[in-house]
Amino acid sequence: MYTLCHNHEVIDAAWRETPPPAVVCRGLHKRYGEVVAVDGLDLEVRRGECFGLLGPNGAGKTTTIEILEGLMPPDAGEVEVLGLRWGRHARALRQRLGIQLQETQLSEKLTVEETIRLFRSFYHRGPTVDEVVKLVELESKRGSRVGKLSGGQRQRLSVACALVNQPDVLFLDEPTTGLDPQSRRHLWAILLEFRSRGGTVLLTTHYMDEAQAVCDRVGIVDQGRLIAIDTPEALVRGLGEPGKTLEDVFVALTGRHLRDD
Amino acid sequence: MTDRGGAFHPVIELTLARLREFLREPEALFWVVFFPVLLAFALGLAFSRSGEPEVHVGLVPGPGDARVREALLSAPGLVVHDLSREAADRALRDGEVALVVRPGSPPGYRFDAAREESRLARLAVDAALQRAAGREDRFEPRIERVEIPGSRYVDWVIPGLLGMNIMGTGMWALGYAVVYARSRRLLKRLAATPMSRAHYLAAQMLARLVFLGLEVGALLLFARFVLDVPIAGSLVLVAAVSLLGALSFAGLGMLVASRARTIEAVSGWMNFTMVPMWVLSGVFFSSAHFPNVTQPLINALPLTALIDALRAVMLDGAGFGGVAGEAAILAAWTVGCFALALRLFRWQ
Repeated sequence: MYTLCHNHEVIDAAWRETPPPAVVCRGLHKRYGEVVAVDGLDLEVRRGECFGLLGPNGAGKTTTIEILEGLMPPDAGEVEVLGLRWGRHARALRQRLGIQLQETQLSEKLTVEETIRLFRSFYHRGPTVDEVVKLVELESKRGSRVGKLSGGQRQRLSVACALVNQPDVLFLDEPTTGLDPQSRRHLWAILLEFRSRGGTVLLTTHYMDEAQAVCDRVGIVDQGRLIAIDTPEALVRGLGEPGKTLEDVFVALTGRHLRDD
Repeated sequence: MTDRGGAFHPVIELTLARLREFLREPEALFWVVFFPVLLAFALGLAFSRSGEPEVHVGLVPGPGDARVREALLSAPGLVVHDLSREAADRALRDGEVALVVRPGSPPGYRFDAAREESRLARLAVDAALQRAAGREDRFEPRIERVEIPGSRYVDWVIPGLLGMNIMGTGMWALGYAVVYARSRRLLKRLAATPMSRAHYLAAQMLARLVFLGLEVGALLLFARFVLDVPIAGSLVLVAAVSLLGALSFAGLGMLVASRARTIEAVSGWMNFTMVPMWVLSGVFFSSAHFPNVTQPLINALPLTALIDALRAVMLDGAGFGGVAGEAAILAAWTVGCFALALRLFRWQ
């Protein structure tokens, strides 16, 4: 603890005065064999904001968010969520987080209501099963099997499972990838509603319009590093030319297009 | 009371989820409940007949074959098939006839001495032909025919089927469910909740016990009332032994599934684990056929212990003392497998 300089003292001081930030990480490193997925990433997500990690596929977004979620240990670096650390406080921390993973397929044989009940049973606090069903507007599908749901409905159910405990921080990994425009807007509305009640959101995306529509701040990730961090408006304004978008910001920063794989 | 927003305790919800998944999968129900009953039925048809079985012998053309045929037909229980020379060897190989007679003087018997029914056929054929050639019996033995309940093959094979079934469904039910959930990243999603891992494993076991009641019950009822298989010992002990067996195979299934990422991988490991036991543990034929040096190994297998214990209770009416050794082996497998599975278990 004491060897860790300066940064750490700042955070400890903040602890005493105000509640700790929702998520802080410093010097995060992770490699898979020869491939460096995360290369010294620092990040702070404030309470009550919706923060977007933006970057192309393979930039290290998923690895980063899974380290922050405590699902994967970093090779080096520190993580604090709500002022707590994975390891010692994992169990208590899990009670306060909502997590949606990329590509989780919930059991197709269970109904919407049964799935939400199952997830709700793991938590000691939160809305009732009925309230969660209503929150994601799946009332008409509550008795339907998961296997019969549309992509958008499945994704809403997946978010519902992350909301069953009224989490302090909601993590979403590419929540709208592969959804039609209407389903995406539907999901954004749920996120904005969650944030308006004081919740913190950390999401990853490779969609510009998503970042601009729901995020208070975005961090642009490329090759495992955070190369820019600000509000979407400030990033676009920084280009100094009218009519530009986040896409242009990304190209200006890296010389590549955002959706390059 | 803990606030769960209308949901039950996690162990109950997890168990219910597993039971629902199972009951909503019609094929699974077929394999667990109907298939073993069908198998028992087929074996019952084949092996529950009592009385003296017929002996099939082949006869190839040759000098005096008409007299040989007559002599063979006069002996009780012999059925004669007229065959060409080539057809005779084929029929012998396929087991359609147990022995082929070549008329002549003296006549020739063609058979495989390693086959039990061929040796029987040799005795019956020889007696019939020697008598026809003038040999006299010195005495007529007094025959005492008895039918001992529980001595038919089907009586012996039912405990074997029961054991095989407890092994198969136990390992598949757990192994498949776990690997399926892992391959769909559902295990990882669950690991991201505060769910206790012990609760997850406990629920898998509980759900397994519900299926166990179904499958053991269906097979035992069928065996008792349709095939007329006697159950000599106590049903409570049969249930207790089945339970212990199910626990040990649930443990083994969990161990086999603890790291596999795909259904294909786990299927291979399942077969690698189960097929040797089908062969070695005395499901369809006694494991006493294997060489003596292998017996300690065979006896240490969980399926051997389970089937031996089931046979002891069902056929010999053994009490708890009579199956304590097998129970200890099963308990050791259960504890060992779960301990190892928990250490190796991969959630993502």
